[in-house]
Amino acid sequence: MNALRKYLDKIKPNFEEGGKLHAFRSVFDGFETFLFVPNATSKSGVNVHDAIDSKRIMSFVVIALMPALLFGMYNVGYQNYAAAGKLAEATFWEIFGYGFLAVLPKIIVSYVVGLGIEFIVAQWKNEEIHEGYLVTGMIVPLIVPVGAPLWVIAVACAFAVIFAKEIFGGTGMNIFNVALITRAFLFFAYPTVMSGDACWVATESICGLGYDLPDGFTMATPLGEAAVGAACTSSVCDQVIGLIPGSIGETSVIAIAIGAVILLWSGVASWKTMFSVFVGGIVMGLVFNQFGPENNAVAMMPWYQHLVVGGFCFGAVFMATDPVTSARTECGKYVYGFLIGAMAIIIRVLNPGYPEGMMLAILLMNLFAPLIDYFVVQSNIDKRAKRAIKK
Amino acid sequence: MSKLFSKENKEVLSSPLNVNNPVAVQVLGICSALAVTSQLMPAIVMGLSVTVITAFSNVIISLIRNTIPNRIRIIVQLVVVAALVTIVSMLLKAFAYDVSVQLSVYVGLIITNCILMGRLEAFAMMNGPWESFLDGIGNGLGYAFVLVVVGAIREFLGNGSLLGFQIIPQSFYDMGYMNNGMMTMPAMALILLGCFIWAQRAALEKKENKK
Repeated sequence: MNALRKYLDKIKPNFEEGGKLHAFRSVFDGFETFLFVPNATSKSGVNVHDAIDSKRIMSFVVIALMPALLFGMYNVGYQNYAAAGKLAEATFWEIFGYGFLAVLPKIIVSYVVGLGIEFIVAQWKNEEIHEGYLVTGMIVPLIVPVGAPLWVIAVACAFAVIFAKEIFGGTGMNIFNVALITRAFLFFAYPTVMSGDACWVATESICGLGYDLPDGFTMATPLGEAAVGAACTSSVCDQVIGLIPGSIGETSVIAIAIGAVILLWSGVASWKTMFSVFVGGIVMGLVFNQFGPENNAVAMMPWYQHLVVGGFCFGAVFMATDPVTSARTECGKYVYGFLIGAMAIIIRVLNPGYPEGMMLAILLMNLFAPLIDYFVVQSNIDKRAKRAIKK
Repeated sequence: MSKLFSKENKEVLSSPLNVNNPVAVQVLGICSALAVTSQLMPAIVMGLSVTVITAFSNVIISLIRNTIPNRIRIIVQLVVVAALVTIVSMLLKAFAYDVSVQLSVYVGLIITNCILMGRLEAFAMMNGPWESFLDGIGNGLGYAFVLVVVGAIREFLGNGSLLGFQIIPQSFYDMGYMNNGMMTMPAMALILLGCFIWAQRAALEKKENKK
């Protein structure tokens, strides 16, 4: 650690005014503050500083995403070997290695494109680099199917960073969750790589690992099966563990639960939002079980299964709790979370065009979060005004 | 003759194309700009129709502007525009049926296009026929210009073609290129239009700063 600090101090003059690498000062600054907590203090006024700054918060979220990422890698390999029928012969490391090689390029592309744009904008506007993309860049590879081509991910990342974030003024100013805008763009612009049943299993061997599957190999996700009314091929137990086809990081409830514990323990995410998303999902699931149309397989799916399939858990833990785009008032968080859970199930059941409703539900509620906050604040003002008048 | 193309008249013709663009600067006529620009051909036809209708309704209103009672001027303007729109719509149906089907109700809706009413109220009611004609042509072309730019980008990225001719070769698709389905949706038209306005205002600001 000391050696790193010394090295940074040594190369620092190059980036200062007049140094030969001055053009890259924001890049250097970004890395320096990421590696070491800056010890600069504000020069005027009274300020309360938390020991943890936003770069450290982002790092916590990235750590919380690790279980889902690692399991997602394993699952990518597992699905390929299972589809080839060679599962029994493969070792754990072969399966994991294959998944690792399949997922790693997506992570690299997501970070290079997104951070590249952030660096350029920071340099251009003469600002510090915002740290928001650290998390977004890790979430993006986790919410796309393994079959999504790299250039498509690059286009979507560029679109989302520019139009969902930089236009609104950078990290902390965005209305919509940037990672979800990436996914929404992919979903609407390139529907063939984002939905259907041909994109969930990696079909090519990489570096001698894995197997080439025949062209046109298809495997549907549980929600995809339910949407067309087919019988579910995986048990609820499989769906909890996560050895099912799906977007890379969303399949395993257990891995996401570990992430949720890390987020809640460190206080980064709000338990109120997370909890109420699940309540909303359960309530709406029960309502559809009771009153839903009999012939709609998704409506008849038991409520606990609604929570474990698709991106419901991932969305509830990592997306709905995004502090920038969610409701900020404590009461508002309950309303916000509940409506996300309820909307997700409603979209799943009633709109056959979108078998997964979580993405659209969160984006929709992102839009309403300021309104919810407004009403919470306003009702409090009214209450206190009444109290003052009574006296 | 020199009077016909005096400096003021040139200004009347050219300013809507640039500093006073009806779509990009005054943000009028957005609705139809989103609806008809998914392909280039309808965008061009729509742009030309609006140009013709604006020009001639401007001329007609300008000719009779002194006889129109002030209270019912909007109704008179609407009658003139509606007559011209009907003529254009019939011409389109007769000579370019496919495009007119694509444009569907949006030809008829030119009647309610804010650009038209705006020009009639703000210009034709106070100026002579020739100036009004130039103003109509200028504003129509300013509108058409935006439509053509947005339409071309949307058709190129959304369908890989321009005016129906395939531009992106098949070999690209074989390598894994895909058309961007989002481009064919109105949402993307709004974003492109926003980019266009952004670019144009940035350019204008730069010009002004130079002065």
